[in-house]
Amino acid sequence: MKMTGAQILIECLKKEKVEVLFGYPGGQVLPIFDKLYDAPIKFILVRHEQAAAHAADGYARATGKTGVCIATSGPGATNLVTGIATAYMDSIPMVAITGQVKSFLIGNDAFQEADITGITRPITKHNYLVEDIKDLARIMKEAFHIASTGRPGPVLVDIPSDIQMQEAEFEYPEKVSIRGYNPTYAGHPGQIKRAAKAISDSKKPILYVGGGAIISDASKEVTDLAINNEIPVTMTLLGLGAFPITHELSLGMLGMHGTAYANHAIMDSDLIVAVGARFDDRVTGKLDAFAPHAKVIHIDIDPASVSKNVDVDIPIVGDAKTILRELNKHVKKPDTQEWVKTIAEWKKKYPLKYKEDDALRPQYILEQIFEATNGNAIICTEVGQNQMWAAQFYKFTKPRTMLSSGGLGTMGYGFPAAIGAQLGVPAAQVFDIAGDGSIQMNIQELATAVANKLPVKIAILNNCYLGMVRQWQELFYKHRYSYTCLNGTEPDFVKLAEAYGAVGMLITKKEDVRPAIDKALKINNTVIMDFRIEQEENVFPMVPAGEAINKMIGGGLA
Amino acid sequence: MKHTISILVENKFGVLARISGLFSARGFNISSLAVGETEDPTVSRMTIVVEGDDKTLEQIKKQSNKLIDVIKVIDYKEGDFIDRELILVKVSISPKTKKEVMEAIEAVGAKIESTSDKSLCVEATGDRAKIKTLLELLRPFGILEVVRTGRIAMDTTGKGLKADGKPEVNE
Repeated sequence: MKMTGAQILIECLKKEKVEVLFGYPGGQVLPIFDKLYDAPIKFILVRHEQAAAHAADGYARATGKTGVCIATSGPGATNLVTGIATAYMDSIPMVAITGQVKSFLIGNDAFQEADITGITRPITKHNYLVEDIKDLARIMKEAFHIASTGRPGPVLVDIPSDIQMQEAEFEYPEKVSIRGYNPTYAGHPGQIKRAAKAISDSKKPILYVGGGAIISDASKEVTDLAINNEIPVTMTLLGLGAFPITHELSLGMLGMHGTAYANHAIMDSDLIVAVGARFDDRVTGKLDAFAPHAKVIHIDIDPASVSKNVDVDIPIVGDAKTILRELNKHVKKPDTQEWVKTIAEWKKKYPLKYKEDDALRPQYILEQIFEATNGNAIICTEVGQNQMWAAQFYKFTKPRTMLSSGGLGTMGYGFPAAIGAQLGVPAAQVFDIAGDGSIQMNIQELATAVANKLPVKIAILNNCYLGMVRQWQELFYKHRYSYTCLNGTEPDFVKLAEAYGAVGMLITKKEDVRPAIDKALKINNTVIMDFRIEQEENVFPMVPAGEAINKMIGGGLA
Repeated sequence: MKHTISILVENKFGVLARISGLFSARGFNISSLAVGETEDPTVSRMTIVVEGDDKTLEQIKKQSNKLIDVIKVIDYKEGDFIDRELILVKVSISPKTKKEVMEAIEAVGAKIESTSDKSLCVEATGDRAKIKTLLELLRPFGILEVVRTGRIAMDTTGKGLKADGKPEVNE
């Protein structure tokens, strides 16, 4: 049957079982929006295209499915860019659809024209400009395939509006065949055996688990490897939830704002088993001082991540879950008794701590949110101090419950991601842990959340500062708070929430924290909790950029 | 160290931009680049000469391989390939130097393609050594313009790759 390009696109989305589409209409996607009017796909109208991409991203991280967003040409498409780059850095499966000016106008500087395939080339896994209506179905099939396989990532499909109106036979390909794209899933058996032996022979092994473990749903395998062999586990920001922080073998997060005991353990270890982690500079600190005694096993689906920053002794390229399953069969339990004992002592000696007084401190708020939600919430974060406090003080126990912009560090990510997560997992209690700076980057999405009756809870850790930058200014720029103070220019967040039809709460005292959270949890609406926290509270421990990761400030270790 | 890399890619628009963008985004410097269709019209071959240590080269290969339109990346080993470049040189002449210039051109096996009272256009193909010698011989007379194609390379060991990325000889 002949269909228009717009119809074909909708049919493709149906074939891919897309349930939710995040986007914003505009001139060059009108044919598609006309067809969406009758389509059995839930459409979420955001208030800014950046939020459409973040919401699709949050949906993908929370569910494991591919997130889909759509925008018009030119400014609509360029507004997606930050969200696409965020997804790219964190390997999130996403398909972004953009309208383009009519094909015969391309290159003429037509109204609302932008070379979006050119713009997004370095921040997509792949992208397409549809030149012929006959290619559209194949391209959509390929886009979803590429986005979700191998190391996942965003794929952009740019469709000129005349192609949306042209007609062609709809035929959805059964299979994808791209000769240059054949991701490896099974790890090399010889390397797996070598790795198993190295683990069995080690005295001070440590697991270093990243976002790749969550993407490949390898949480159980990571847990088996750790518990059966008594190997301590540390996680990256994106790896949080892969192994329960509450377990005695967990060292929490490592790196710049990691726990002192995690960083100390990494530096003292004789074997690092990296799973789906890429040795980011926020994790390694000064590279040539990183883990001087350790052999490194690196399990990663992306060969380009192996030996990119740290030289790897045993590389295993493939899917983390598949490889760990195989590895777990071969590992003989090493003798780690002494090692685990040493680490337990460190944990006792250098715990994550904060001043426990009557002041309203952000760490306390995170602990209370953890308790009030029994650790079952999906926590989205913005970027900055709020993000690091969430990583440190909410004890993540399950995968896909920590949604945060790790690679790009995108302020404004958390709230739209929370909207996406809430739509993907309606039964979940979704929080956005925000700063007063970050929340204002996409605050307009209150309209989206309220319109769709999403009971997202926003906890603003309000210190009237762009807190993390202020912290750096305090520590490294002699307290010269250059343009990081928002005091006197902040909106009344309670009134703002109410203006959008949400619920606002102001919390200024420690004793009011828990009652406010409990009350918010009972409200079936979007809630902003404006916590006025200690203004100059810092995130500790902290490794100054470029230092070795055991050279912490405020970590209790020299 | 200089490396000669051969990349088989889908013959589609935008592929060159993907490759060159990848190099520039990562700070890899391309010293020469030549692109052309292969025996299979759907496949193009890019010959890229890059400078960098082993680690840089490893990243170049891996990052290129990650591109969806890249079919295969081959890093040619010293001695296993021939490489050629085409160069056009316009050299200044006078009645006094004309004979000397023509002798120099003949000595390296280059060809005169066009002449005028004041200059000669010379064409040469060859490996790096030959092109270098030609330029050195002509430089004293005054080189007015140089245009070169960038190097292309081909495996000579019989272990080379066809356009589809499969080995030349099936073992």
